[in-house]
Formats: sequence, C-alpha cells, structure tokens
Amino acid sequence: MADQKKHLFDNPKNIRLVLYALFATLLLLLALEPLVDKHPYFPWEEWPGFYAIFGFVACVLLVLAAKYILRPLMKRDEGYYD
Amino acid sequence: MTDLVLPPALIYILGALLVPLLPARLKSAYLLMLPILSFFMLINLPPESSLRLDFLGFDLVPFKADRLSLIFAYIYHLISLIGIIYTLNVKSDLEKVSGLLYAGSALGVVFAGDLFSFFVFWEMLTVSALPMIWARRTRASQAAGFRYLLVHVCGGLVLLAGVVMYVNEQQSIALGHIGLSTPATYLIFLGMGINAAWPLLHTWLTDAYPEATIGGAVLLSAFTTKTAVYALARTYPGTEALIWIGAVMTAFPIFYAVIENDLRRVLSYSLINQVGFMMVGIGIGTELSINGTAAHAFAHILYKSLLFMSMGAVIFRTGKINATDLGGLYKSMPWTALFCVIGAASISAFPLTSGFVSKSMVLDAAAHGHLAIVWLTLLFASAGVFHHSGIKIPFFAFFAHDAGHRVKEAPLNMLIAMGLAAFFCIFLGVYPKFLYAILPYPVDFVPYTFPHVLSQMQLLMFSALAFTLLLLAGIYPAEIRAINLDTDWFYRKGGRLFYLLADKLFNGINRGGERVFIKGLAGGLAGFARQGPAHLAWLSLNPIWRLSLDREERQRRKAALYRAFETGATGLALMAIFVSLLLGLMFIIGS
Repeated sequence: MADQKKHLFDNPKNIRLVLYALFATLLLLLALEPLVDKHPYFPWEEWPGFYAIFGFVACVLLVLAAKYILRPLMKRDEGYYD
Repeated sequence: MTDLVLPPALIYILGALLVPLLPARLKSAYLLMLPILSFFMLINLPPESSLRLDFLGFDLVPFKADRLSLIFAYIYHLISLIGIIYTLNVKSDLEKVSGLLYAGSALGVVFAGDLFSFFVFWEMLTVSALPMIWARRTRASQAAGFRYLLVHVCGGLVLLAGVVMYVNEQQSIALGHIGLSTPATYLIFLGMGINAAWPLLHTWLTDAYPEATIGGAVLLSAFTTKTAVYALARTYPGTEALIWIGAVMTAFPIFYAVIENDLRRVLSYSLINQVGFMMVGIGIGTELSINGTAAHAFAHILYKSLLFMSMGAVIFRTGKINATDLGGLYKSMPWTALFCVIGAASISAFPLTSGFVSKSMVLDAAAHGHLAIVWLTLLFASAGVFHHSGIKIPFFAFFAHDAGHRVKEAPLNMLIAMGLAAFFCIFLGVYPKFLYAILPYPVDFVPYTFPHVLSQMQLLMFSALAFTLLLLAGIYPAEIRAINLDTDWFYRKGGRLFYLLADKLFNGINRGGERVFIKGLAGGLAGFARQGPAHLAWLSLNPIWRLSLDREERQRRKAALYRAFETGATGLALMAIFVSLLLGLMFIIGS
C-alpha cells in the first residue's frame, strides 16, 4: 500500500490499551453497585450484578444461537434467488 | 392570516413539482428553503387548528393538528432537511422530487383527520418511495422495488377493504380511536401492520432498503414505518396484541443481524427491532408508554438515519457495503467513523445519547404494567441491538481488519448532514427536556437516576465484553458472502412456483380448450353454419334431380347451389323469409 502512515490502531499497544480500559470500566461498574440505592420493579433487579450477567449471557447466547442454529438453517449462496 | 391554513403536505407536494422547472443554481437553495418554510408555517399555526372541506357529502378533514401529530411532523421536517442536505450532490431530479413527495405524503398521513385523506396519503407514501429504490439502477433494486410494490399494494388493499367496511359501519369517515372489534377493524389493523413491518410481514423492508439509493435509504428508514407507528398510536392505543407483536419484533431480527453480511441490511433488521419497542409502547397504551413511543420514534429517526447516512457515505466512497469487503476505514474517513459511532451509541441507548432517554420510557412503562416477560425480552433486545448495531456496524466498517481502502473522506454536504443528526442525538440525550416538552402527554419521567444509569452501563459494557471475548476466542461468526433466508422466501420462491403451476395449469387448459373448442367444436359449428343450409337444400333437391337429370348436370347444379348459399344473397333471402314469418306470426297472434 502506498499509505505508509501509522494509524491509531496499527499499533498493538493501543489495542491493548482499549482492552484494559474496557476491563477497568467493568470493574468500576461492579464496584459502584453496592453504593446504589435501588428501587426495583422486579425482584431479580436486586440480585447483585443482575444487569451485568444478563447483558453478558444474553449476548453470548445470541451469538451462539445465530451462529450454530440460524446460520446453518438459513444460509444460501449469494446467487440463490437469481 | 389566522384563517389561512396551509398544510405542510401541500407545501411539500406542490414544492416537489416545481423542482424540475428550476434552474440548477437555484435548486439547492430552493430545496433547503422548503422544509424550513413549511416548519415555520406549521409552528405559527394556532394550536388545534384544522382544515375542513365538503366532498360528495363527506366531511373531509385533510389537516388536523394535535400533539401526537405535531411531534411526528417536527421530526419529519427535521429529517427531510437533513436528507436534502445529504443528497445535495445528487444530480438527478428524480430522487429529489420523489423524496419531497414521500415526505409530504407522510406529513399528510400524520395530519389527516378523516379516513379518506388518510388512505390517499398512505398510498402516495408507497408509490413515492419506489423511485428511491429504482433509482439505484441495478437489477437487484429493480426486482426489490417490484416486490416492495406488490407487498404494499396487498397491504393497501387490505387497509382499503377495512376502511370501506368501517366507514359503512360507522356512517362517518372521521379518523380517531378504532380499537379491535369487528372484522373491519382487524383488516385496518393488519393493513397498518404491513407498513409497520410486523414479524413475518417484515421482509419488504429488509429486502428493499438495502437495495435503495444512498440517499433513498436514509429517507425510507425514517418515514414508512414511523408513519405506521403514528397511525397505530392514533387508532389502536392499548391494544394488547401490539405488546406481543412488538416484543417478537424486538427479539427475532437481532439474530439475523448477527449473521448478515450486508451492513445496510443489518441496519434494516435493527430498524425492525427498534419499531418493536414502539409497538410495545402503543400496546401498553398508558400516557407514559405512548410518550415513550413518540419519543422513541423521534430519537430513532435521527440515529437510524445517521447510521444509514454513514453507511451510505461508505458506499459512496468505496462502492462496497458487505462486511467482508470493508474494514479499517477510520483511517481515511475519520469524521464518518465518528458520526457512525455516535449513531451507534444512540441506538444502543448509552447514557447522554437520545436512545437512553427515549427507550427507557418504554421499558419503564412495561415494568409499571408488571409485564415481566415483555420486560425481559426488551432487555434482551436492548443488549442485542448494542451488539449488532452498536458494535458490529462501526467495528466491521471502520475498524476490524484493514481492507486496504484508501479513499477520500465523505463529501462536505454528507458530513454536514451527518453532523446535524449526530448533534441532535447528543443534544436530546443531554437535554431530554427539549424532547419531553413536545410529547403528546405531560411528562413525569426522570431518566438520569444513579441506579438507572449504572444498570444500563452494566448491561451495555458486559455485552461489549461478550463481543470482545467471543471475537478474541474466534467464536464470533465470521462474515460470510452469503444471504440468509427469511419469510420473503415464500413469495420469492413461492411466487416462482406459483408462476410455474399457473403456467402449466392455465396454459394447459388453454391449449386443451383451443384443441377442443376452437379447432373442434367451433370449427365444426363454423363449417355447419357455412355449409349447412346448402347441404340441407342439396339433400332435399337431390332426390328430385335424380329423377330427371344426368350425373354431370346434377354436379353442375350442386356447385351452383353451394355458390348461391355462400353469397350474401342467400342471407338476405333467409332474412326476408324469417321476417315475413315473424310478421305472419304477429298477424295471427294479433287478430
């Protein structure tokens, strides 16, 4: 490529930095939870880390279901309808 | 001046017709001026103003404003202005005219005060959307446009049947709360549902929008479905079926979005997911939930069109839209990347963006109604939408592996349009009061509480963690050059099967019919009609001729007889015989 300029994420160090920032944020979010005075609508909202666990599990299940169930059933060649 | 009510639809539609007549250098200024002019006319109208006409004994109300119609009208003005800025560099008039007609029709629907005006604008909305699909001028867009038309014509007919039956029942064409009761109301409900892209009826959207032009997709994403949202909020608030329809709508498209390769199709699936939230809000039917639906429609139009604009800019510069062909574009299109990330953050409902202050109203309304399953589904959909629209879109287009595109940044007008939309995404998130002040009902809702912000951040950041870990572990499904089947299979393959069957069946009947009737029966009849009388005459004369004439003379007379019956004279003579018989008969009966 003619473009020899180094960009932000060409440097693996910066990618690692982003990952560390993500992990630090996650820890902070969990650490803040005991300080919050919750007023939940549903009982499960009071479980510690409910939203964190729900978000993580939901996304893993979403991806696994899409990859291993939906895709094998529905995938066709790009020219399928032609 | 107070008496003069000039509906925005009229300004847009008449304004659109002038576009082709204007000289090129005035055109841009004229196009920009039109939505601004219309907007100022609108906000200077007295509240609750309306326009009434008498038409064939019906009380037509082509313009009637209340708070529900006004919030949709405000966002339609804003987004049409943004859309016009975005497409200023498009040379063809076709897209500009149809864009204005399309926005004007949507404005017509939201201000329609009677079912007749409502239906006319509703159908105009379908027809004026078509040029924005066809103007892409690809084979795929032609075909997708025709399928779009067919689905919407069917939807329009269902709606029309419902409207006709309903007007007959009510003896009035006034448009107001309808609610599910008689068959007519179910037909209207279904007709609106097709435009709202309900599950199983949604494929016109994911089929056509990704094939539309760069600017067309931006406008299409804003108007058709949201106009259906408005219509359902106007006529079917509190209909429980909508809660379940909406919940399914929020959940199923995200699975497709994860495996879809075409990034504008990913956005189309997430559009359905977002409209699902609005359906749930309408279905719950409380003041909070209707407010939530209206607020979410307002916010959604901005961030969804922003995302479509950023993907449009990517197509404009690289000519590619499949995730397999993209990546690393942040290097050459940093501003587009930034705006895309803002749109992605808004659709994911990050605090300080518009999605956060609107989506949480719907979730809270579901919680207030103790709808646990619906609430959990919406929460799942919130995490899922972040996953595919919030992360997947910007990540695969602008980051991920570098696909090696070294292109220019998007043109200035596109950047301005995206910048405007991005500004509003953040502005509404920071000053939700601005949005809450124009909602249909008084707002008693505080989005920024510590527990609310924290729980939303936990949900989103741990979804991001899931994405990161799956990607690093190599489990995240690689983008594949492929398409995924959806319910449009039934009319795309089914249509072909129907064609084949119809071809075999009806053309078979045709061929058989031709053999039996045209060649056989009709031929025989025609032969009889031509030769019959001569034959009869010959049959009766032949015995007499046999007595006196030789064979040669008989043949000669027979030929002369057939000639005589084939000429018109015989016809006349026969006619004369019948007429005289008739006259004789009448004479006998009459005497």
